[in-house]
Amino acid sequence: MHALARLGEGRDLTMRSFPLLEVERLTKHFPVRAGVIPRTVGRVHAVDDVSFTLRRGETIGLVGESGCGKSTVGKTLLRLYDATSGTVKFEGKDVSEMNRAQVRELRKHIQIIFQDPFESLNARHTIGKILAEPFVIQKMGTAAERAQWVGELLNRVGLDVSASNRFPHEFSGGQRQRIGIARAIALSPKLIVCDEAVSALDVSVQSQVVNLLLSLQQEMSLALMFIAHDLAVVKHVSDRIAVMYLGEIVEMRDGEDIYRSPRHPYTKALISAIPVADPRNKSQRTILEGDVPSPINPPSGCRFHTRCQFATPKCSKYRPELEELPDGGLVKCLRWNEIN
Amino acid sequence: MTVLDVSGLSVSFDTDEGIVDVLDRVDFKIREGETHGIVGESGCGKSVTSLAIMGLLPKPSGRVTAGSIKFAGRDILKLSSTEMRSIRGDGISMIFQEPMAALNPVQRVGNQLLESLRTHRSDISTDKARAKCVEMLGHVGIPAPEQRLREYPHQLSGGMRQRVMIAMALVNVPDVLIADEPTTALDVTIQAQILELLKELQRDYGMAVIFITHDLAVIAEISDSVTVMYAGRVVERAPVLPLFDGPQHPYTKGLLGSIPSLAGEPKTDLTTIPGMVPTFFTMPSGCRFSNRCEHAQGRCSETVPSLETVQSSHGVACMRWRDLAKVAT
Repeated sequence: MHALARLGEGRDLTMRSFPLLEVERLTKHFPVRAGVIPRTVGRVHAVDDVSFTLRRGETIGLVGESGCGKSTVGKTLLRLYDATSGTVKFEGKDVSEMNRAQVRELRKHIQIIFQDPFESLNARHTIGKILAEPFVIQKMGTAAERAQWVGELLNRVGLDVSASNRFPHEFSGGQRQRIGIARAIALSPKLIVCDEAVSALDVSVQSQVVNLLLSLQQEMSLALMFIAHDLAVVKHVSDRIAVMYLGEIVEMRDGEDIYRSPRHPYTKALISAIPVADPRNKSQRTILEGDVPSPINPPSGCRFHTRCQFATPKCSKYRPELEELPDGGLVKCLRWNEIN
Repeated sequence: MTVLDVSGLSVSFDTDEGIVDVLDRVDFKIREGETHGIVGESGCGKSVTSLAIMGLLPKPSGRVTAGSIKFAGRDILKLSSTEMRSIRGDGISMIFQEPMAALNPVQRVGNQLLESLRTHRSDISTDKARAKCVEMLGHVGIPAPEQRLREYPHQLSGGMRQRVMIAMALVNVPDVLIADEPTTALDVTIQAQILELLKELQRDYGMAVIFITHDLAVIAEISDSVTVMYAGRVVERAPVLPLFDGPQHPYTKGLLGSIPSLAGEPKTDLTTIPGMVPTFFTMPSGCRFSNRCEHAQGRCSETVPSLETVQSSHGVACMRWRDLAKVAT
């Protein structure tokens, strides 16, 4: 791992006192435009008031159902979206205040892997060209050095060096995701955002890719943000898990705690809805009624109150704040103490 | 009583690179009121199996080359297209993974539902048919069904669309319902609603269900018996408890081990199956799993294993299952 070792040199000498990532009251609204002369008629509340920190080498899992805002959080970290309000600080520096050069530097340290690697790999470029591109953009190495680094990257993710002369369509889904991972680690990032990175893979291949990510994390003391709807996979890789519903974090705890004793009614329902590969365990499920409400007009008060079996009139009036639990976790429910 | 008997079913497809044998002698039987799960990874042939049963293989590239599918005492592969049309949607119905692709986007939900009913019940009056559709939508848990009949598919959420699909499939009370990954595109809380609904409807209507999925956890949840497929062949078949308690085929074992469990120890190495599913052009001879199997021996790549009986209705297509079972105990 000559290239990786070289690129990683000296990384821990700076900014030791800051957490790697601090997200504070992050909010992202998308305007909804309509009409012949388009004007803003509403706002999609994609992310509302989300705060968390991430240390070096740590994994935070973000779970929730479609439209809960988990991917938007990931994309805002890399400035793929600009935040509406709130701050994202990477190694103490506010991402929103960075100029273009600084953002390019930031993306050396934060990388993202998407669900469908085929869409994020240029179909007309060879794997060698795709993997050399990060070095080209960051103006690193000679052509010969880059070719060597590409070979090392391919080896590291379990692919043969000969892959570099082939095109993305020649690979299976699992192999393409390995290529996506190789590209993400090329510049020795400090954080990788995995946005549903293993969700589209078959289960036997998914476990290979999960194992690969975990071993890379160990080796490179990578921090991971693992965004997925599959709680079992998220729990397997994460130190802490944040559960999101309609743009808000409703509960954030250690993975083990959240699974053994979920506190928020939504987390309870989510865990109970997950089928278990054990035919004896067809336990009584809490089945949520109805669908997730529209994020354009989220419910007043607690956003979950329309589907919550414990909701009382106060839940539709007052917006709950995140409260600290005795075990250090956080929960956003007015009634968590009564119902548990 | 057996309602559907698939026996020795082989299907080939013409492709630009030549003919590929997508299914190779697939057998299974479904009894009345039973839910039979078919599980396997992409390309194992589980969806082609269901299309073959429905007589919906893409023409002219796909064709059944051998075998029979017996439904109500007749081999439906021998029926004319008119005869098959009278079975499809009436005797055997199907729901798909992506309801938005299966529903007609420019037709109101009500018209589509009416069409599935009246295709097979031409004698029924419009008023009666409409009442029947409203009742059916109510039955699959759609609130304000009369209003929904006038809406278009895009006005419904994913879960609601899947309920409409289920209503369309069940409106003629079929004997067999084929559900091809019906919950894969849905969120987990909506998936739980739909699985519960399917179980309820099965109790009410007594139909047999073929449930096709890649997700073993969903199989554990809903099936009475299971067929595991790999690369176009059946590798193991058993009632659900013996399959999860004592899987015999190395592929089934690997598949079960690969699932991260909520109760498991985090950050440990997950069991993996090395390599990947072969393409139809690189299919190993003999046992098709032999090139990924840690227990493979010389003979595994020479002879095609047949389904051997482990216990009464538990079968496994592995030449070494006896040796492996001995090692395990």
